[in-house]
Amino acid sequence: MQQNKSDVWVGLFVLIGAAALVFLALQSANLLSLNFQKTYTVTARFDNIGGLKPKAAVKSAGVVVGRVESITFDDQTFQANVAMNMESRYLFPKDSSLKILTSGLLGDQYIGIEAGASEENLKAGDRVTATQSAVVLENLIGQFLYGKAEQGSGGNAAGAGAGGKE
Amino acid sequence: MNPLHPARIGAAVRQQLTNVGSGTRLFMRLLALMGPALRRPRLIGDQIHFLGNYSLAIIGVSGLFVGFVLGLQGYYTLQRYGSAEALGLLVALSLVRELGPVVTALLFAGRAGTALTAEIGLMKAGEQLSAMEMMAVDPVRRILAPRFWAGLVTLPLLAAVFSAVGVIGGWLVGVVLIGVDGGAFWGQMQQGVDWWYDLGNGVLKSFVFGIAVTFIALLEGYAAKPTPEGVSRATTRTVVVASLTVLGLDFLLTATMFSV
Repeated sequence: MQQNKSDVWVGLFVLIGAAALVFLALQSANLLSLNFQKTYTVTARFDNIGGLKPKAAVKSAGVVVGRVESITFDDQTFQANVAMNMESRYLFPKDSSLKILTSGLLGDQYIGIEAGASEENLKAGDRVTATQSAVVLENLIGQFLYGKAEQGSGGNAAGAGAGGKE
Repeated sequence: MNPLHPARIGAAVRQQLTNVGSGTRLFMRLLALMGPALRRPRLIGDQIHFLGNYSLAIIGVSGLFVGFVLGLQGYYTLQRYGSAEALGLLVALSLVRELGPVVTALLFAGRAGTALTAEIGLMKAGEQLSAMEMMAVDPVRRILAPRFWAGLVTLPLLAAVFSAVGVIGGWLVGVVLIGVDGGAFWGQMQQGVDWWYDLGNGVLKSFVFGIAVTFIALLEGYAAKPTPEGVSRATTRTVVVASLTVLGLDFLLTATMFSV
């Protein structure tokens, strides 16, 4: 095939474009760190997931050990059913507990997993039973105000005291 | 005759319908000829050289300055909320998802689309296209299809260059000039930018824009009145129609892609 004078420049242009794509993929999207590691799926039911989203991190001691796979609503128990892909290299005892936490004051929500003491480890398809819901700010404020009101009214509030938690 | 006369309105509507119809027919022919056009890669290479290499300078410089401005403006806004570390994420996401494809397509319409329209319009005015038809050479196949291919290939590459240079520009201003922490700049970016969801959709967008801008430029040139005035009108229309199409398509694509 005969060569053309512009061929080298076309080649250079295509290379520059490809290099830009590779740069974006590696440097900004961090393609290399994608883990194609094997995972096992465990599920858990939460009363309230707050703002948890699919692909949110599952962290233990601050280290990402898995990702939220899907969140569905179970209309039998009226709870949220959360499926998580845990990295196979990390094993957790069967009685580990899950908590929905927030990174920072306004950050994303993630699931914190705390190891239990069981001898047996979680396997694929297991359900974690010990879960703690997301903290809903409105409930927190409501409880706080309720507690305050109770404190302030003292002994004469028989009605309020009956409904209170303490 | 009164311009609101029913006959006038009818003629205008028919004219518009005819334009849409012949445009669609040309588009179909171009799509059908994309395979056969590959048999002459030399023609496509020449067009990529003409559309791509010569647009590289304006795309690179624009990308750099857009990155600079994003770095400055983003820092100014983010530091109010004490989250200047998210600057990298802001710069990368706005470039990869939105500004890269759109601004590149707009610049491409101005830089390369006009050149295509003017070239083909002048070929038509000089009766070169008719001469080709006389020699049983299909001008759509010989002239338009290679240019269409070249536009498709070129625009995504140019958009990638724009985004990459813009990210570097944002880094220069944010990290080198202002002093945002470099680790946080790249770290936040790498955590927040998804290679398929953000990068892939950005490339898909620029690909669609490549089809739209190149096709509009070719259509306007091919349908231009073969007079100096007609060619100048067609060139202007290329910029206007292509820019509006890009912006409209961008809204539609963004709404469907990032609707989750």
